[in-house]
Amino acid sequence: MALDKDADAARPWIEVAKPTHPSLIDTKHVVADLYNMVNVPTILWIDEEGKIVRPNDVAYGDNTWQEVTGLDADVHKGALRKWVKGGEVPFPLGRVRELQSLPTAEHQEARAEFAMAQYLWTQSKAEAAKRHFERAGELAPHDFTIRRGSMPMRDIDPMGEEFFKMAGEWAEAGNEWYHPLPEK
Amino acid sequence: MTAYTFIDQDTIAQVEVDDGAAPTLSPTALHQATGWDVKPEGFCKGEVCVPAGAAVAADGAVDLAAFAKLMSRPLVIDQAERAISLGAAARDRGGALQSLDAPDFTLPDLDGNLHSLSDYRGKKILLAAYASW
Repeated sequence: MALDKDADAARPWIEVAKPTHPSLIDTKHVVADLYNMVNVPTILWIDEEGKIVRPNDVAYGDNTWQEVTGLDADVHKGALRKWVKGGEVPFPLGRVRELQSLPTAEHQEARAEFAMAQYLWTQSKAEAAKRHFERAGELAPHDFTIRRGSMPMRDIDPMGEEFFKMAGEWAEAGNEWYHPLPEK
Repeated sequence: MTAYTFIDQDTIAQVEVDDGAAPTLSPTALHQATGWDVKPEGFCKGEVCVPAGAAVAADGAVDLAAFAKLMSRPLVIDQAERAISLGAAARDRGGALQSLDAPDFTLPDLDGNLHSLSDYRGKKILLAAYASW
């Protein structure tokens, strides 16, 4: 599921990967809101009964970004195989709850600002949209689905100078912008 | 009355709003925008009712800010753009996550076909969020 400004932004990846699983487009960040996601990639596991058995975690399909993130994709993939093939869940349900991070009122206000901004952007109200995107980012500075995810809708390169400045300042202040689970 | 775009998370409605210092809308408009009805018991949706207190005036007008506050939901009003965004309450989102029942959603694929999480009940699901950015 792509948290992107429109289907065309995600299209090149989907067309090359040709996934056999559903590959969805979430322009309004509906899933980010429902599951309190704050960056990508974010993964979680849901069992046959619709229960969350692994809460939000950071995992990659391969090790392209291992030097940056310090995460070995094979650790998650190994655990995933054990669950799929052997039914081995990573945590007791009580521990799943403890590992969940829950949104604050301020964060939900940020998401309401994002929804306003994203709507205005679809109406070609770029300046008004920008004001609400920026307000959303102020309310939830840890939420990169808002701060970085809105860059393409603010005519800012999400891989460019402004992103690295933002990420650098955030890290220098002692903050994380990826939130892997403390245990695997 | 002024025509406003009312964004309630992923649904969008056009409703008439009296956008004075304390914006109000009619019970009909509230229903169109949010699915909540004004009844003698208060604001009701399905089985749930919340006492309305002073959020509903004698003439039936619903004070939007008071409604949002009662529901603990964030409200963003842009009078210049005539748009309102009503977000989800942190306590509702947090409570749903702590229940461990994966919240359902419906989204399109590249061809516009809609898929719901609940369509895949009975299978194990790896839900993965990524982005081009």
